[in-house]
Amino acid sequence: MTRARIAALLLLLAAASGCSGIEPWVKPYEREDLADPIMAWERDPVASSYMRHVYESREGARGAAGAAGGGCGCN
Amino acid sequence: MQLIRALALFALLPATALAGVLPEDRADLMYHYYDGGGVTIDGPSLLVRKKFAEKYAVSASAYMDMVSSASIDVITTASPYDEERTQLGVGFEYLRGKVTYAASFSNSSENDYNADTAGFSISQDMFGDLTTVTLSFNRGWDDVTRRDDDVFRDEIDRRIYGVDISQIATKRLILGLAIETITEEGFLNNPYRQVRFVDPGAALGYDYEFERYPRTRTGNAFSVRARWYLPYRAALQGDYRFYNDTWGIDASTAEVSYTQPVRDDLTVDVHYRYYMQNGADFYSDLFPRADFQNFLARDKELASMQSHTLGFGVAWEFKPSMVNFLGKAALNLKVDYILFKYDDFRDLRVTGVAPGTEPLYDFNASVIRLFFSGWF
Repeated sequence: MTRARIAALLLLLAAASGCSGIEPWVKPYEREDLADPIMAWERDPVASSYMRHVYESREGARGAAGAAGGGCGCN
Repeated sequence: MQLIRALALFALLPATALAGVLPEDRADLMYHYYDGGGVTIDGPSLLVRKKFAEKYAVSASAYMDMVSSASIDVITTASPYDEERTQLGVGFEYLRGKVTYAASFSNSSENDYNADTAGFSISQDMFGDLTTVTLSFNRGWDDVTRRDDDVFRDEIDRRIYGVDISQIATKRLILGLAIETITEEGFLNNPYRQVRFVDPGAALGYDYEFERYPRTRTGNAFSVRARWYLPYRAALQGDYRFYNDTWGIDASTAEVSYTQPVRDDLTVDVHYRYYMQNGADFYSDLFPRADFQNFLARDKELASMQSHTLGFGVAWEFKPSMVNFLGKAALNLKVDYILFKYDDFRDLRVTGVAPGTEPLYDFNASVIRLFFSGWF
């Protein structure tokens, strides 16, 4: 836990320390491909959320894959 | 805690929000079906999102599982059963400049389990909107009971801390990184599951006693992901996640997915996912004797195991001429096949062999998601 928290803190500090002075290297008008719906991390939230629930109910690992609700129906 | 409970009154979305832009007005109605290992689960799911004045967004979700279970755990130590689970959720988002605040609340209820979850997150766009950082905190309160047992009642207190960074790397590449820490305290085992131990006097050569888990668990998950836009309009994504926890479980998940628009109105997805974990420190398929150690587990989710998933999806977009208020709509079908394989969980349906020499257990599962999406 401690290592993960330190890593998170370092990332935040790194992000915060560079808030000014960085020139965006991909201009807004160059983001046409990135704006394509097929580039969304999660196109269908209701379907993705369900699969996370399927896995979390049957595997030991959880987290860092989006949110999932409680309960399992997995006895 | 009072603050979180207050936020829960407002409620809403699973925590990761896109900073700078609120989600589209959209409704999804899904039918889901799971069949594997003697368990069948199906039911409907609904998610509706609506924004106001480009600054506020609300969402509501409803989800139902109808479970019919004759899993290997159930048929070797209990009786098959049917039950229902209902989950309701609400969410609220507020966009102010480049910062999005989101709050959510959900309740999941079964006849023997109730779970309340409240969440809060802040997302900020920075570096010319190349980077989106999201900090999230979720809190869960579960009540655990046992069917046909009026005396047993216990609780779980859960806290989830998350950091998610999404980074535009080039004109065609996005990178993502997420870290999540989950701490839980309370009754963490399944109240029905039992471990087995060697008992030479028993007919099968072994007998059962109830599982006993530690009352605390802290897990850390770290994931990286990358999504490329390919030159001929397709997308390729790779994901990797590492997980470990204080119960001694180390797990890795790797996934690759590919999205290909076939026509303007038809998109096809294919993905493969691999998962592996080692067993918890206090897991054993067969303990040498009763009360062998303080903590005892034979829950196959805590065994050394792997899973393989191969999935396909097709989405058809259309303009619904009959429904005026929908700008566009889509019909989606996603089918996944999953193989779960266990390295130290044995199939006790096989009898007549020496305890501990039964074949290792594995099973296949099919998952179907059929859903209609409407944008309004």
